[in-house]
Amino acid sequence: MNRKKVMTTLAAAATFGMLLGGCANQAAPAGGGATEGGSSSAINIPALTSIETPKDAVLPAGDGKAVCPATTTLAYIGAQTGANAQLGINIFQGIQLAINEHNAANPECQVAFKKFDTEGDPNKATGPVTQATKEESIIGVVGLPFSGESKATGNIFEQVKMVHITPAATNPGLTENGWTTFFRGLGNDAVQGPAAAKFMTGKLGAKKVYLVQDDSEYGIGLGKTTSDGLGDALIGTDKVTQGQKDFSATISKIMNSGADAVFYSGYYAEGAPFDQQLVAKGYTGTFIGPDGLKDDQFIKQAGDASKNAYFTCPCIPGELIPSFAKAYKALANMDPGTYSIEGYDATTVLLAGIDAGKQDRASLLDWVKNYDADGLSKHYKWNDKGELQAPTVYGYKVENSKIVPIGAIGE
Amino acid sequence: MIPTILMAAPVANDWITLDFVSLGQNFWSATFDGLTFGSIYALVALGYTLVYGVLNLINFAHSEVFIMGCYAVFFTLSFLGFGPSAPNLGIGQIVVNLLLALLAAIVASALTAFLLERLAYKPLRKRNAPRLVFLITAIGASFTIQYLIFLWRGPVPEQALTMFQTKPIFEVFGTIIYSDQILIVTAAVIMMVVTERFISKSRTGRGIRAVAQDPDTATLMGVNKEKIIITTFVIGGILAGAAALFYVMKIPSGVVYNGGFILGIKAFAAAVLGGIGNVRGALLGGLLLGLIGNYGQILLGNSQWTDVVAFLVLVLVLLFRPEGILGTSLGRSKA
Repeated sequence: MNRKKVMTTLAAAATFGMLLGGCANQAAPAGGGATEGGSSSAINIPALTSIETPKDAVLPAGDGKAVCPATTTLAYIGAQTGANAQLGINIFQGIQLAINEHNAANPECQVAFKKFDTEGDPNKATGPVTQATKEESIIGVVGLPFSGESKATGNIFEQVKMVHITPAATNPGLTENGWTTFFRGLGNDAVQGPAAAKFMTGKLGAKKVYLVQDDSEYGIGLGKTTSDGLGDALIGTDKVTQGQKDFSATISKIMNSGADAVFYSGYYAEGAPFDQQLVAKGYTGTFIGPDGLKDDQFIKQAGDASKNAYFTCPCIPGELIPSFAKAYKALANMDPGTYSIEGYDATTVLLAGIDAGKQDRASLLDWVKNYDADGLSKHYKWNDKGELQAPTVYGYKVENSKIVPIGAIGE
Repeated sequence: MIPTILMAAPVANDWITLDFVSLGQNFWSATFDGLTFGSIYALVALGYTLVYGVLNLINFAHSEVFIMGCYAVFFTLSFLGFGPSAPNLGIGQIVVNLLLALLAAIVASALTAFLLERLAYKPLRKRNAPRLVFLITAIGASFTIQYLIFLWRGPVPEQALTMFQTKPIFEVFGTIIYSDQILIVTAAVIMMVVTERFISKSRTGRGIRAVAQDPDTATLMGVNKEKIIITTFVIGGILAGAAALFYVMKIPSGVVYNGGFILGIKAFAAAVLGGIGNVRGALLGGLLLGLIGNYGQILLGNSQWTDVVAFLVLVLVLLFRPEGILGTSLGRSKA
């Protein structure tokens, strides 16, 4: 009986509270914070519907006359399962497509494809990498996708002189290890940061940018390169932690600063609730994040707030290359995702080497080192450290609850 | 911003600086946000405190009692058609929907607490297991529930739901107060007052206090100890369910399998800060912890300090008042 009474009382109490909130709701003036900051709706950058592809791009099919031993194998090493599996799936389906196209066109050269799962975890990556390097038939690798696992395994590749091209790892420090076998198939964060800064102050017209970074290797590194690029436009910074849920103190500082753009250097797990809470407090400016935020999960978790979001990414929107998008969809039964085209292009570089007779580890490594040709997404030519000489960074925005490309930025 | 340099240890290439200017600018908004979160901590803290008072058991699985409430809120509101956009409904309808969600959360949390008690703790009590075994069981139960949810829903948080468009209501000291802040603080305080009165005035409440004070004598005096224990768990669950609704209101993307863990630890800390086993202490501790964390992170310049500051204060308080600010007695304090 008493318990029942408590329940009723509690319910009544709650109702009272809600009514209070509700009634007040009605009386509230329309949007007290609406006068602060620039309006995101004022900026309208149209979505791209197509991108130009290099005319003489090297394609996996080659000339169809390639001859190679039946044992010739390429491998993908990276996440196939785990929390970040989707990124890995995007990549190895791109690789699979390149190899399928090559093998269909070259009856005398059937390249085999092997996958090794790291779950994206640096602690689990050394096993699969060691295993792959011990298989004599594997002469080149596309991977590893993430910066942490790449850092943990670079030495293993170096010891056996096996070439590997990462289609996704962006930490600038990776090419500072003196490795001769590591090649990066996209721009790094030292390129992305300044490009993001230019994008905000230029195309987005931001005058006052507030930068918030998390405590990850990636967030700190990118936060630094971005704030360097922002210069005077940077009016404040704050740091948050991975796993944080409540950003009210940071938001209070941002609202006081009168910022018209907020850059979040980190991943979507924190970026999404941060953006949502920011908008709930009346923030009307733009919200910009790097490739760590560019995921459908961001939209799912930030809800409606994500309408103010823009992303930067050193990845090319493969979905806008019709031939690639169509073939990819036929193979994978889904649209190309982030880094699918990077996986495809990196594989093409290796396949072109095999077709040119570079069919052992040493000569294939040499081939990549001296490679200088267009891929479907961009030009591939590396410097002596393994960085691309002309990387591209793209801007993306949210439109109708989807992330769509708006063009190259930072040029 | 002119940071006053007060040297401590270098963090990477930064120095710890005390930013009083920023604290001054953000004082009131930090206060209101701190109170809002503090209220949620306090509601969860009550669950720890009541069970501790009665059983001398730190029920570490209480954070999972809470997260089950969050899932109930999520599923109820999804079912009622709420989505990422603020619903286009009248105030009355929103209130009805939120009450339904509250009811679902209360039922889910109370049921979890009930089952937890029956399946995990009662068998141990029957066999007169030592205290340490209860503690280990509590931790084990916490992880078991977490990973059952993980198997069921996976590692990704649920889709964010907006319950209503938060609106600025009035300004105090140049700071805008939002509808959700008023709602959460008011409702939480009312619930805590009701709980407090229930424990000090009702017959069952008297039973709870009697068992907390001396279980054996209480039993001899005709108090049904088992019934009291179950009631205590269920009350804790009800309050956790209410906290779940408010939490999802503030943090829509917080519905994830391990989402209760850190909040549970903070609520537990709040209970200890106020004096574990003490109902008013839980309220005080929760609000204080919310405030201290917010002031601390603004004073020290970034959010990475929130927990450090909060727990540092906890340690300092316990150094001087080992029983917490208001002392630890559920049975003795106030009749």
